[in-house]
Amino acid sequence: MVERVLGGDRLAVSRLISAVEDGAPEAEPALRALYPHTGRADVVGVTGPAGSGKSTLTNELVREYRKRDRTVGVIAVDPTSAITGGALLGDRVRMLRAYGDAGVFIRSMATRGRVGGLARATRDVVRVLDASGRDVVIIETVGVGQDEVDVARSAYTTLLVNVPGLGDDVQAIKAGILEIADVLVLNKADRDGANELQAQLRHMLSFNKKVEPGEWRIPILRTVATSGEGVAELVDAVDKHHAHLRATGELRTRLRASLEDELIALAQERIAGRIRKLLAGPEYAGMLEAVLRRERDPFSAAAAVLARVCADPAAQG
Amino acid sequence: MIEGTTGAEASAAELGLSAPRIRVIVAKPGLDGHDRGAKVIARALRDAGMEVIYTGLRQTPEMIVEAALQEDADVIGLSILSGAHMAIFPRIMQLLKESGLDDVLVVAGGIVPAEDLPAVKAMGVSAVFGPGASLKDIVDYIQANVDPARRVELG
Repeated sequence: MVERVLGGDRLAVSRLISAVEDGAPEAEPALRALYPHTGRADVVGVTGPAGSGKSTLTNELVREYRKRDRTVGVIAVDPTSAITGGALLGDRVRMLRAYGDAGVFIRSMATRGRVGGLARATRDVVRVLDASGRDVVIIETVGVGQDEVDVARSAYTTLLVNVPGLGDDVQAIKAGILEIADVLVLNKADRDGANELQAQLRHMLSFNKKVEPGEWRIPILRTVATSGEGVAELVDAVDKHHAHLRATGELRTRLRASLEDELIALAQERIAGRIRKLLAGPEYAGMLEAVLRRERDPFSAAAAVLARVCADPAAQG
Repeated sequence: MIEGTTGAEASAAELGLSAPRIRVIVAKPGLDGHDRGAKVIARALRDAGMEVIYTGLRQTPEMIVEAALQEDADVIGLSILSGAHMAIFPRIMQLLKESGLDDVLVVAGGIVPAEDLPAVKAMGVSAVFGPGASLKDIVDYIQANVDPARRVELG
């Protein structure tokens, strides 16, 4: 599996992505083996409110990258219904032009209601695409909740897409996503209200911390995704941002911080899993009961369980 | 007791990830003018808890099979009204085989005349749902016939 993924075998890539998404047992060994081969792709996040033209813009970005002879992977994230658990993933409809080109791999991903898990699954899917030789990986999400913000954060460069006429000019601030934008995109720039929106965006940016010399100045780029207008300039801006991150060492700082978060999260999960097993077993069967009867307090019980888990030789694995 | 577990053996549930879902490509091959039926089906499958990748109108066999490959679809639902099924379906089945996707369940809906049914089934299309088929029958059929080996555990 690992060799086939490294060789760019699309079926192997697709199957491994499913394993990652499903949390299947074969995913982790594969991800471990692939990890040394990751870190090459440029990761770009595209986020913004529903109807802002993210899919169409992503499609145009793909075209532009292909023109520049760079291979592209796309992860299109769409919400899972909280009621039925199903999802309707329709972004491919707007990415049809990419068909027939082995340099493009598009994968739709449902959020599946995983709190925090979405960002993690996305990060691992990025790694699979990265290891398979994609030069650029685009993550497209609806920028609404914290989860989506976390997903966007896993990109090196995050594009926040805005459009005129959505009615509420502070949607972006409300959702708290303006802070994570590296490039602001004013899409559907041929529409009425584009100039007003541009003025508003500029105004919002003016509230940000003053940009010191040598720091990244968030640009506002105007695009018309349906015609491809402004997309080449957008790709230039992404490349410029990437170069800036590398030149200033900020990329390294960011990656280091996110790896630190990842390590903590992974270790937490493992410890939590062990504790759950421990509490379900006979050794600690009485402990919860004792806490329930007020014969013992939860703090000392937690300390005892933690000491037991940390002392367990299996925990060293 | 912890039975010598390593983190690698932690279950999907422990990792906060979700159970596998049936993934379905709903596609309209050929030159049909509308996709109302396909959209109804897509919605019904979604409501049954499946992840439906909708690809829209005027799909070539190559596009459909490529989408199934990249999306790791368990099922392909083909909706066709134009009467071109005898030209299009064999090509799709052949491409699936060539791509190593023989284990994908293929079902069809729309207008397929009764006299073509034996030939369509012989190509490997597992079921054909014509006008009047109930959404429940389609959902039940897919749930019962998707290859269980394709996913660890279908939710």
